[in-house]
Amino acid sequence: MNVLACIKRVPNTGAKIVLTDDNQRIDTSNLGFTMSPHEECAVEEAIQQVESHGGQTHVLTLGPEEATEQLRTALAMRVDEATLLETDGEEWGPRATASAIATAIRDLPDEDTEFDLLLFGNESADMANYQVGVRVAAELDLPCVTGIKSLEVEDGVATAKREISGGEEVYEIDLPAVVAVKEGINEPRYASMRAKMQARRQEVANLEPDRAVAPGTFEKIRLEAPEADDSDAEVLGEGADAVPEIVELLESEVEVL
Amino acid sequence: MILGLVEHESGVPEETSLEALTMARELAAGEETELGAVVFGEEGGALEGELGPYGVEEIYHVTHDRLDGYAPAAWGESITQLVSELGVSTVAAPGTDRGHEVLAHAGAALDAPMATDCIAVDVVDEGETYELRRHRWGGSLVEHARLEGETKLVTAAEHEYPIEEAASTTEPTVSEFTPSLDDAHLRVRVERVETADEEGIPLGEARVVVGGGRGVGGPEDYDKLEELADLLGGTVGASRAAINEGWRPHDDQIGLTGAQISPDIYIACGISGAVQHMVGCKGADTILAINTDSEAAIVQKADYAVIGDLHEVVPELTEAIRETT
Ligand SMILES: Cc1cc2nc3c(=O)[nH]c(=O)nc-3n(C[C@H](O)[C@H](O)[C@H](O)COP(=O)(O)OP(=O)(O)OC[C@H]3O[C@@H](n4cnc5c(N)ncnc54)[C@H](O)[C@@H]3O)c2cc1C
Ligand SMILES: Nc1ncnc2c1ncn2[C@@H]1O[C@H](COP(=O)(O)O)[C@@H](O)[C@H]1O
Repeated sequence: MNVLACIKRVPNTGAKIVLTDDNQRIDTSNLGFTMSPHEECAVEEAIQQVESHGGQTHVLTLGPEEATEQLRTALAMRVDEATLLETDGEEWGPRATASAIATAIRDLPDEDTEFDLLLFGNESADMANYQVGVRVAAELDLPCVTGIKSLEVEDGVATAKREISGGEEVYEIDLPAVVAVKEGINEPRYASMRAKMQARRQEVANLEPDRAVAPGTFEKIRLEAPEADDSDAEVLGEGADAVPEIVELLESEVEVL
Repeated sequence: MILGLVEHESGVPEETSLEALTMARELAAGEETELGAVVFGEEGGALEGELGPYGVEEIYHVTHDRLDGYAPAAWGESITQLVSELGVSTVAAPGTDRGHEVLAHAGAALDAPMATDCIAVDVVDEGETYELRRHRWGGSLVEHARLEGETKLVTAAEHEYPIEEAASTTEPTVSEFTPSLDDAHLRVRVERVETADEEGIPLGEARVVVGGGRGVGGPEDYDKLEELADLLGGTVGASRAAINEGWRPHDDQIGLTGAQISPDIYIACGISGAVQHMVGCKGADTILAINTDSEAAIVQKADYAVIGDLHEVVPELTEAIRETT
């Protein structure tokens, strides 16, 4: 079984998000980068499925050259192969992204390594469009389910579960299929130091994606960081000395006692 | 026509759908066109009384002999066919798992752009263009954007759009709509629902949440938080750092990729206040932070703070509450 995971490089924002002067993007001069936790779980799921069923794992991202860093994180987790669809760093919308990924997926595999399972995050951390996976599935005419927190594969059928209030919906889907997962589906492994070193030397395929501009557009004008309430909290006290004040707060103000 | 997707539980519309319907009605008014609603499921045909107050003029009740439960591609295809047959300019859906999923399928079939988690949508150029604001990073950033196209798809961010009734109540007509579906649309469907054995109060519903982060230091010390939470009739939550350490299960995670909470009070212990954590507790009425570091971001974001070691403060607090009650 061959499994592909699609990931996206995003800034690892901290306690306060600062924008660039033109309000077009997050000021990343003091930030590291990462992938979304949902996508980290997609990578882990790809590895676990191949561990139990055999086959190859592949990780793919569309982004600037620097996104190779996130591909190497996946390689260090022991994904077999990685592909970068290199852009000039401009933000791509979900339709153009999906179309480029679908084209790459059609072109990537050799005849004997078609993908059986294409894993996505439920939503990207920075944009949360909730649609790249579904659009890729439609282009490739594959069945697709999103919001998945449990996945088992047997005899070419995936049993996938989605949390709803009070329980879980169960889906049974013939592979090949597209599945978008949520954090909690598994516990992503930590890469060993040795694996990280090896991943640095591993080859990353670099392809140039086509940016298809479809009619009808969604276009960012600018970003805005909403005014946070930065007035300091009222300090009730230090250490255990503050306990009477906390009790008072719970009793009279919040009224939970 | 502007079409709103209405999810319902046995004929009672979900709040999030009424939020989306409020947004859809504003768009219909801006474009001087009709407001329609699309509903699925057996009881969907009996929603006239429920949707009249929101100004819905037509209800399209989708029925099909092969469509007995939720099937994302089939729902998306039904909406796609309604869009072409009725000349729908915009479909608005709630920003829920299903709302996002169904609309994404319609978006793919129509090759139409889709803006998710909107908090405001304005009609400009007589409906050629929308100018909108939407959430990014769980709402810690707002994106101003332009949406253009023959068909536009939008979802309303959950619990951001105030539900408002229309100035005058309508008497919607109900039309049964049978889409043409083939096997491909029915490859994914809910086969069955497994109910969970409820234990404890779900995080999302708790009136008191005691959160523990990396500052808790290990799995055992969550006992102290559990004791306090129990005493207050609440539940324990955690930060992603604590979950990554393996101290708590992922179900306990509060934040961007975890649960959203809206308690009367959130007591955050040993949590630094990263944006991805804080977007999960926007709904809390009051936040009390217990942290050794008076410079921690959470001390700014909380309403109240105690500067100190949680291992000392929490047990003393539990003891004091026992004495008072
Ligand atoms: C895309 C993305 C999504 C994310 N989603 C989430 C999410 O859903 N939820 C989430 O929580 N995080 C999420 N994160 C991670 C987030 O950025 C932070 O890394 C995480 O919230 C930090 O957890 P923490 O506050 O427990 O740990 P730390 O940042 O390490 O803070 C520990 C705090 O404990 C205090 N402390 C230490 N000892 C004590 C003591 N004895 N008594 C009192 N205080 C003490 C310290 O002063 C410090 O403030 C996400 C990150 C990314 C990039
Ligand atoms: N630039 C990208 N490169 C690779 N995968 C992506 C990219 N953007 C989005 N995805 C995948 O699609 C999922 C949903 O993204 P979105 O529709 O933006 O919320 C993400 O979690 C990723 O798995």
